Amino acid sequence: MSGLMQEVTEKALALGVPMSVQLDVTYRCNERCVHCYLDHDDHGEMTTAEIKHLLDEMAEAGVFILTLSGGEILMRKDFFEILEYARQLSFCVKLKTNAVMIREREAQRILELGVESIQVSIYSHRPEVHDAITLVPGSLNRSLDGIRFLKSQGLKVRIANVLMVQNMQDYEGVRALAEELGVDSTLDPTVTPMMDGNRSTLSLSVDNAALQRVFRDEKLVGNVDEFCSVSPHASDEALQSLPCSAGHTACYVSPYGDLYPCVQFPLTCGNVRQQRFVDIWRHSEQLKDVRSIRMKDLSGCSQCTHVAGCTRCPGLAFMEGNMRGPSTQDCEKSFARTGIPSANLLSKKPAAPNLIQIQFLPTIAAVPA
Amino acid sequence: MSRLYVARNTRVAARSLGGEMMIMSGKDSTLFTLNQTATIIWQAADGATPLDEIVERRICPEYDVEPAAALQDAEVLARELAAHGILDVSEDPIRSVNPPVNPSAGDSR
Repeated sequence: MSGLMQEVTEKALALGVPMSVQLDVTYRCNERCVHCYLDHDDHGEMTTAEIKHLLDEMAEAGVFILTLSGGEILMRKDFFEILEYARQLSFCVKLKTNAVMIREREAQRILELGVESIQVSIYSHRPEVHDAITLVPGSLNRSLDGIRFLKSQGLKVRIANVLMVQNMQDYEGVRALAEELGVDSTLDPTVTPMMDGNRSTLSLSVDNAALQRVFRDEKLVGNVDEFCSVSPHASDEALQSLPCSAGHTACYVSPYGDLYPCVQFPLTCGNVRQQRFVDIWRHSEQLKDVRSIRMKDLSGCSQCTHVAGCTRCPGLAFMEGNMRGPSTQDCEKSFARTGIPSANLLSKKPAAPNLIQIQFLPTIAAVPA
Repeated sequence: MSRLYVARNTRVAARSLGGEMMIMSGKDSTLFTLNQTATIIWQAADGATPLDEIVERRICPEYDVEPAAALQDAEVLARELAAHGILDVSEDPIRSVNPPVNPSAGDSR
């Protein structure tokens, strides 16, 4: 984050302004990615008029950065009408798409409407791997064509890759592909549980050895020694700090109008079909609860070795059962990064076989002869 | 002396936060914040009102400043903002498709 963006975000925090909102305009999608956390059926999406009304309310509430995502945004026939309206309201609009439906005409329209940047999901440089993740044959080539159309308009494009068991050998290939296309790329090692709490997608997460390899790749992390070191013990100031922007300067709205602190934090705080956006933002008890969380209050985390450098996601912790508790996925990342288990991992560590035997002996001894 | 017309560039993103304008350049995604005087000019930049009129009606009544000096400063500012792709500047009225700028929560709380 640039210095000025940091300054502006701090000002928004002080004023209680929601600087940034992700609005998913649909959960429908033309791909069926194996790791996706969404149910792609339409359970009653907001209409065009409802979304425009919401955009009016969000502009009035001070929202500046608007990320339009899905599902696949272009599955909505009114997508460009929504985008045009958002730009008339002067939002800084970012798009998330798989780019499969982006051809020259769409790319041109995106440029005309002054979109800030477009994030495109690419999971491998090899069609057989990418297409096996999206479950759509030919999808890699379609997405890459989409990126080329966007680039030919001079638009800013970023490739987003999620590291999974299926594509763990390919992230370097994706990075090389991004360089060839002249776009930025990011790699996220976090597979998210499904919105309904189903955690089966987590079986796609890579193991500790693969995470270690990624965290020791200087092209990804810069200075490896610095990145993999344990942060010094947390200061009082760090313990008073906020876990992340979710619910503080940012939030998420689903296609059905449900407002959550973040897309990865499915705690319903209200519905914009029933209440004004700003009223939910200011008065929701759930958001107030999220805003009250400080690092020092986190059970199992505040005394952990990693507390100062932890990337704990409160949404993942929430989906694990307690938004004031640890997020085991982040504990595993800290472990892979530094080689030192977190307090949470130590408390969960299964007993080794020899310890089981030791525990077993008193029971035998207690059995009457 | 010819008059100068200013219009908000349609490719920027903008929002008012606590009385100051945040502007994201459509050219290179650079973020700017405008002080209160620059914000007044930005908000009044409809392409139809000449800059001298904006200064006379919106700036001078708010600040203790000589109109000629204020206009000179405003012209320098307008050309700087134009260089960053934030404002369009012309000696003729500019047909603008921008809607009026609405205040936001940062200001109305």
